[in-house]
Amino acid sequence: MIALPSLTTDITVKVNSSAKKTEPVRRPIEPVGKYFLHHAQRTLRNHTWSEFEKIQAKENVKTVEESNVDPDELLFDEELTDETLLEHDPRDWKTADLYAAMGLSKLRYRATDNQIIKAHRKQVLKHHPDKKSASGAGLEQDGFFKIIQKAYETLTDSNKRAQYDSCDFNADIEPPKKGSKYDFFESFGPVFESEARFSKKQPVPQLGAADASKEEVEKFYNFWHRFDSWRTFEFLDEEVPDDSSNRDHKRYIERKNKAARDKKKTADNARLVKLVERAMNEDPRIKQFKEDEKKEKERKKWEREAGARAEAEAKAKAEAEAKAKAEADAAAAASAKADKKKSKEAAKAAKKKNKRAIRGAPKEADYFGDADKATTIDEQVGLIIDSLSDEQLVDVANKIKADAGSAKEVLSSAAKELAEAKKLPVSVISYFA
Amino acid sequence: MSSPIIGIAFGNTSSSIAYVNPKNDVDVIANPDGERAIPSVLSYVGDDEYHGGQALQQLIRNPTNTIINFRDFIGLPFSECDVSRCAAGAPAVEIDGKVGFVIARGDGKQERLIVDEVVSRHLNKLKLAAEDYIGQTITQAVLSVPTNFTDAQKDALRAAAKAVDLEVVQLINEPSSALLAHTDAFPFEADVNVVVADFGGVRSDAAVIAIRNGIFTLLSTAHDNALGGDNLDAELIEYFAKDFEKKNKCNPRKNARSLAKLRASVEITKKTLSNVTSATISIDSLADGFDYHSSINRLRYELVTNKVVSKFCSFIEAVIAKAELDPLDINAVILCGGVSFTPKLTNSLEFLFPESVEILGPQTKNASNNPNELLACGSALQAQLLSNYDADELAQALEPIVINTQHLKKAIGLVDASDNFVPVLLPETSYPVKKTLTLKGAKGDLLVGVYEGDHHIKETVVEPAPKEENNEEDDESDWSDEDDEPEVVREKHYTLGTKLMELGVKGTQGVEISFNINKDGLLRVAARDLKSGAVVKGEI
Repeated sequence: MIALPSLTTDITVKVNSSAKKTEPVRRPIEPVGKYFLHHAQRTLRNHTWSEFEKIQAKENVKTVEESNVDPDELLFDEELTDETLLEHDPRDWKTADLYAAMGLSKLRYRATDNQIIKAHRKQVLKHHPDKKSASGAGLEQDGFFKIIQKAYETLTDSNKRAQYDSCDFNADIEPPKKGSKYDFFESFGPVFESEARFSKKQPVPQLGAADASKEEVEKFYNFWHRFDSWRTFEFLDEEVPDDSSNRDHKRYIERKNKAARDKKKTADNARLVKLVERAMNEDPRIKQFKEDEKKEKERKKWEREAGARAEAEAKAKAEAEAKAKAEADAAAAASAKADKKKSKEAAKAAKKKNKRAIRGAPKEADYFGDADKATTIDEQVGLIIDSLSDEQLVDVANKIKADAGSAKEVLSSAAKELAEAKKLPVSVISYFA
Repeated sequence: MSSPIIGIAFGNTSSSIAYVNPKNDVDVIANPDGERAIPSVLSYVGDDEYHGGQALQQLIRNPTNTIINFRDFIGLPFSECDVSRCAAGAPAVEIDGKVGFVIARGDGKQERLIVDEVVSRHLNKLKLAAEDYIGQTITQAVLSVPTNFTDAQKDALRAAAKAVDLEVVQLINEPSSALLAHTDAFPFEADVNVVVADFGGVRSDAAVIAIRNGIFTLLSTAHDNALGGDNLDAELIEYFAKDFEKKNKCNPRKNARSLAKLRASVEITKKTLSNVTSATISIDSLADGFDYHSSINRLRYELVTNKVVSKFCSFIEAVIAKAELDPLDINAVILCGGVSFTPKLTNSLEFLFPESVEILGPQTKNASNNPNELLACGSALQAQLLSNYDADELAQALEPIVINTQHLKKAIGLVDASDNFVPVLLPETSYPVKKTLTLKGAKGDLLVGVYEGDHHIKETVVEPAPKEENNEEDDESDWSDEDDEPEVVREKHYTLGTKLMELGVKGTQGVEISFNINKDGLLRVAARDLKSGAVVKGEI
């Protein structure tokens, strides 16, 4: 261990670039040993140190993986799942869980023959009476070993195994209780998966997920409605006495067994039918399909009635339009009437105003210097005004409004016009003639 | 599974074979006679061919048809061979410019064998022994050869092996092979300089090897073709012959058969003396019908062979000097070859070298591998490593671009709190290299000073402590006069050389300093804080 000197000046990196390193010597290195081979690899493949270390680490991992254990071993039970098996009476071996005794409780009916042999070997090594006696137990305490041997005998015979698997209720998965809350796919999927093992026809369609197509769902239920099971219940038979004893009794027992088997088979079939029925009733996909169908029907009905509906609509529309039009016309007429009256009154008022303006003009112009003739002038202007047509009145009034001074000339010209038109005799309008 | 590649150590005197068994242990393979060090001897009697120990026994009765010490002759012209070493067996003659042997087979027929053919036959016997042992056909082997084998010799050896369907995957240097086997069993913890001394039957080789990060670099080699276990035998033979002559007035050295008998017995006596302190020798009818019986203790043996042992020691010193190193630079001496069993050799070496040098041989306290089997084990280990490579990869790996690398001339290291140089990368470190130093205890603001370091040997003379005048046991100290001589203490010291760079780390809680030199000689030093992961880097 080196004690480094403490930092006296504040530096991070100071390279003495002027320093000349002593010239290296070129020598051959010995081409032996793993370090040389690593060096060669690095040089030839241009690896950096870190790259090389990574490659080495990867290789190390690979060698560890290669020396890994048998994958089957991982599927076996580490320890006996049911400790009571050790105390189980070997004469009642049929009631024991044989797969658990073999350490195959995770695999059960899925265990291959090879796995059974391997598991048996493992269990024998562990539970052989010789082994047990070495650790203190008596040689006669071989109950569990006998069960293991029975289990091996049963599971390696395909016929016996089928019989045992039929009655291996530990492998059955119960459907969820009615009325309880559950996810349909999560709870029924494993149920059908375990039931599928009894199918004579393989492969068995699986329940699938919520997004399965209608055909898939139909195919699934069709299969399960017509499920053909090989499940037998011989394993649960009562022991048949051998030939030497009462033959009648033996036949009686056999008959009884057969009847019991048939009964169980029927019950099992009924159970399955019920299960499938229930699943179908509760299947959210089927509900969805039904709903979809209903909606589709409604949609079709709607389409079918489209023509009649359009006609009625058009009619109603036309009626409404006609009605609206009539109402609008009436309103327009009324308003026109009111307008006419109003304009008439306005014209009247304007006329009055013009007349007043003309009439007032001589007075405002001080009767054109002839104040003594004022009465005559007023009289005659009144006559002119009365005789003027509407247009002339407006014209005259405007001229007078524009220039009050020229009122006399305007009135004279108006009088002249009237005289020429012979509306007024010149004598009446003598002042302006 | 494909058949394993075996490792063969092919020596002048004996050969051994080894392979790495499926349990990843190195197995040295015994031949059918149970010999793990198989004598490299072939002997012909009539139509029969003997090999190994059986052939060695023929050396007394049938010396002219027994071929010994033939390995070094392969691939060399006759003129360059020292054929005198075959004097005890079949005489070497010139055939087609090469060394050959003329062997009498049955019915007066003669067989002329050139050395390549002899080597082929020997390798075939080794191969058959390995096949018997492993139970599979062997087609590939790694052979170890001396460092001074020429390319022509190597090619000849490959061809000789090829002739018996044995493909030589790689020829490796003997010292490297021995070191590989040793480091596999007893790895060195740090970078070290090691002398690998191989004292065989008829020749000695030594090499100074620097181990840096597991990579070996040969610094120097030395060879002596006239020094080996046979020299020890010769001294003993001379001793016993004199004794016999004195007792019986008859010279056993004049008679080749007597000499062969004596040689065979002396070899056994020598081996016995390596294990126990006294041994007997008894030979019926050694010469002129006189039997010979005598005993010898180890002290006598060591006196007789003193000269030879000191030659071995000076041989090792010479190779260290050749590498321009001081014994203090050497961390260990690994002994291999049969002579390593001699206790006197180990003692002498321990006396000769400073305490810092570890002597690794069969006679030391920390006894290591069997020195006879080191070479074969090393070859076998290399063979196992190569089994993961295909031929192309291996050929590429042996290209000069891979093998010829740059080596540091001077150490690169850090300066510590008391301004001393602490080497991190020792001289002769080949690069590219990466070395990481973890200082868990380092805390606070620290300076990482990177320097080149020079080292030198410091000699200090320690005066003996002045004797106390009134010492009552004065007479006792007078017994040894050594105490009066000043003792020279030699120590290895480093001094700071060129400053390369300085890195400052602040508020650290333990640092990891990594030194990285790439193939172009670019030095990169990085100090990483163990806790915060902050990195300070510098390049030069």
